[in-house]
Amino acid sequence: MRTEEKIITRSRNRHKRLDAFQRILLLLVICLTTLLGSIIWTMPENPPGLADAVALMQEHSGVKSPVTAVLLNFRGYDTLLEVMVLLLAVIGAWSLAKAHFPQQEREANPVQMGVVRLLVPLMFLVAAYLVWQGSHLAGGAFQGGAILGAAGVLMLVTELPCLRAIPAHPLRIGLVLGPLIFVGVALFCLFLTGDLLGYPEETAGWLILLIEAGCAISIGLTLASLFAGGHPEDERPKNQEQAKGPCKGERP
Amino acid sequence: MTAFQLAAPAWMIVPIILPLIAGLFCFLFNRRIFAIALTAALANLLGVCILIYQLLFFGPMRCHMGGWQTPIGITLRTDGPALLMLLTTAITGLAVTLYARGYFSYRILNPRHAARHQQQQRYFWPLWMLLLTGLNGLFLSNDIFNLYVTLELIAISAASLAALSGKPASQLAAFRYLLVSLLGSLTYLLGVVFLYRSCGVLDLDLLQNLMQNAPGIRAALALMSIGLLLKTALFPLHFWLPPAHANALAPVSVILSALVVKGSFYLLFRFWFEVFTPIITTSALNFMGTLGAIAIVWGAIQAMRQPRLKLMVAYSTVSQLGYLFIAFPLTRIDGNIHIWGIVIFMAMAHACAKSAMFMVAGTVFLHLGHDRIKDLNGIRANLPITVFAYGIAGVSLMGLPPSGGFIAKWLLLSSALTSSQWWWALVIIVGSLLAMIYVFRVMSHFFVIPEDYAFTKPTPVSPLMEWPALALALISLLLGLAASWPLYILAQGNVVLAQIFPGGLP
Amino acid sequence: MITTLLYSMTGLILFAMGLFTLIIHSHPLRKILAVNVMSTGVFLILVAAAYKPLGLGKIDPVPHAMVLTGIVVSVSVTALALLLACRVQETSNLDLLERRKQEARPKESNQ
Repeated sequence: MRTEEKIITRSRNRHKRLDAFQRILLLLVICLTTLLGSIIWTMPENPPGLADAVALMQEHSGVKSPVTAVLLNFRGYDTLLEVMVLLLAVIGAWSLAKAHFPQQEREANPVQMGVVRLLVPLMFLVAAYLVWQGSHLAGGAFQGGAILGAAGVLMLVTELPCLRAIPAHPLRIGLVLGPLIFVGVALFCLFLTGDLLGYPEETAGWLILLIEAGCAISIGLTLASLFAGGHPEDERPKNQEQAKGPCKGERP
Repeated sequence: MTAFQLAAPAWMIVPIILPLIAGLFCFLFNRRIFAIALTAALANLLGVCILIYQLLFFGPMRCHMGGWQTPIGITLRTDGPALLMLLTTAITGLAVTLYARGYFSYRILNPRHAARHQQQQRYFWPLWMLLLTGLNGLFLSNDIFNLYVTLELIAISAASLAALSGKPASQLAAFRYLLVSLLGSLTYLLGVVFLYRSCGVLDLDLLQNLMQNAPGIRAALALMSIGLLLKTALFPLHFWLPPAHANALAPVSVILSALVVKGSFYLLFRFWFEVFTPIITTSALNFMGTLGAIAIVWGAIQAMRQPRLKLMVAYSTVSQLGYLFIAFPLTRIDGNIHIWGIVIFMAMAHACAKSAMFMVAGTVFLHLGHDRIKDLNGIRANLPITVFAYGIAGVSLMGLPPSGGFIAKWLLLSSALTSSQWWWALVIIVGSLLAMIYVFRVMSHFFVIPEDYAFTKPTPVSPLMEWPALALALISLLLGLAASWPLYILAQGNVVLAQIFPGGLP
Repeated sequence: MITTLLYSMTGLILFAMGLFTLIIHSHPLRKILAVNVMSTGVFLILVAAAYKPLGLGKIDPVPHAMVLTGIVVSVSVTALALLLACRVQETSNLDLLERRKQEARPKESNQ
């Protein structure tokens, strides 16, 4: 007990005064920042970049938005690996813990349910619009996926009883869907043009839209699964059939 | 030119895309996960062999992803160092895959924790396959931002693997490990930003052409190097390594110690000896060498003092990583000649020896239920093959002839003496002597059989756990006898090295 | 030009603040937040590098794509780190409880 008190008082004091080590560290960090800042200061006014090179190739990319062109066409390989990073986070999270759901089912709060009923369909719509819009304006798979993820988080916060019963296997298929479509399209292009992710110019727009749609779904599921904080109930090999009762409850 | 010709650069994606697909399937399916992983590991080895064949007959290659040329596209490339690292990863990876199979099936035999072990195995395979993707991507990539993504891929999968055992100690170590790798990647990314603002390109070849002694570029090099040193665990930044490596599951320790640390080291090597070479000063090289020298001695002393076998092996990693850095100042004999190929050769020898050693430590731990060094007496009666593997791997770590470690250290020594930098030679010799002490300290316990020793075998250890360790140890030994082959591969596409090793013989 | 400089400096200061907090604080949550602040700083510098005043050339889309990638990576790493921190907190608390119990037991037997 006494040691804990000491730790608490020490951590309180820490906010008041810095000890010698922290002061030296602070000094070092300030010096470092000043140094780096002065280097940025002396950098040329018009930094070289790839804007012109991208603009030159823009018309061959199949999309009108330069960011989408870079993200999914010129540097599509980066994005493929990045989608894998997201999936890895889920696999890591599932290996750590089981998802937390409250033990007993409680009566759903009518206000919360109302919000969910109102917002979730709208969010799906917005997400679909963002994915579609990605080809010519700001938007795309990540933005759409983020909205879908937010919808999932909203449902999780409301503790919809149907979420508890989501079986693991379909969820896994949903999580892997985006990456699988991405890899599939990449290999398809490899056989067609001899380059991984080398889209044929006339179908590039459609292939990119296909990848974005698949990835948006997977990203949304990924973010919601990360929020749920662990693997679903029936990860164990021996499992009972799930109760599939109240899942339709979210439809009014 | 289609993708199916043997000379096509598109083969480069095989070591990346195959483990990636295998990782997805391992996560998706419940059954036959091991078959998927083993197929991927074998196919990966085959793919790397094809790439080596390409290198020997068609020279180094570039593969433009999506057909977009460099400044806007991402490029992969093959050359000597990249392929040697890929080969090391493929061989060690195959051995780890087999070893992990034996390890998990042995642990599942224990009925009390079968469910937990099943769970661990369930997630080990996808994480390991995606880690392999990241490593292969890192060795092949020729784009600084793509390298950042592969670094993150490696960091996340490695941290998840380190936490897999579920013990509080390992989870705390994994949390620290994740934060440290994150800090390293962010510092690296800040360096990338500085570089992009100074040069405006991301491709390593283009950067090499634009290299000049501007403050922005020097800051970028410093930031990227600090980030990577943090991930490589060079001496003052090594604090996170021993707990993370020693508390993980045995196959995970092997992967972390033999492969993951080498990934960030390989990048440092690329930057210092290829891209940024014109702006690197002798004092910077000497600084790295000094840190390496301290790491050698400090790591070895700590290894001698450890009560547990796995901790001993983990500290030995800290020490052996020092050798890779002590080579930095020795690469410039007479000003300009680079013999940096040795560094990669040394990394290869260490990867094989160290993974064999961690496999041995894991087998011993599983067999006895502990790995306290002073209670390891007489284990050679029960695990003869494992103890034999330990001995051979130890020979390579100590740098005794004819092992791969010996050739590497001998080349370093001769280089130190010809360039009259005798103090580095002194550190190398002292480090070898200290390595001898900590390796033999364990060995002596293996061979002492106490009077009242009971020759019982609780459960026979799976041969899948013993033979891969022996195979890797033998490879690290044979590397010394057949050193000309890897050095010949290294010399491909490198004018300076080809002059030094004309027939491939050192 | 002044805009780029302003954003870059802000990013740099955020990075430094994050770094300092990351090192001196021991609480896992603070550490995770510190890393997040640091990554925000780096992204800010990156986006500032792409900035061009209106009418003075095209805006460079490559840093934008890089930042988007970086944000996604940062989100996934943060989630994993938070979960890991929760697990560490849970298990270490359990450890503390166990130790308490073991410390309490001999006392009871003495009485």
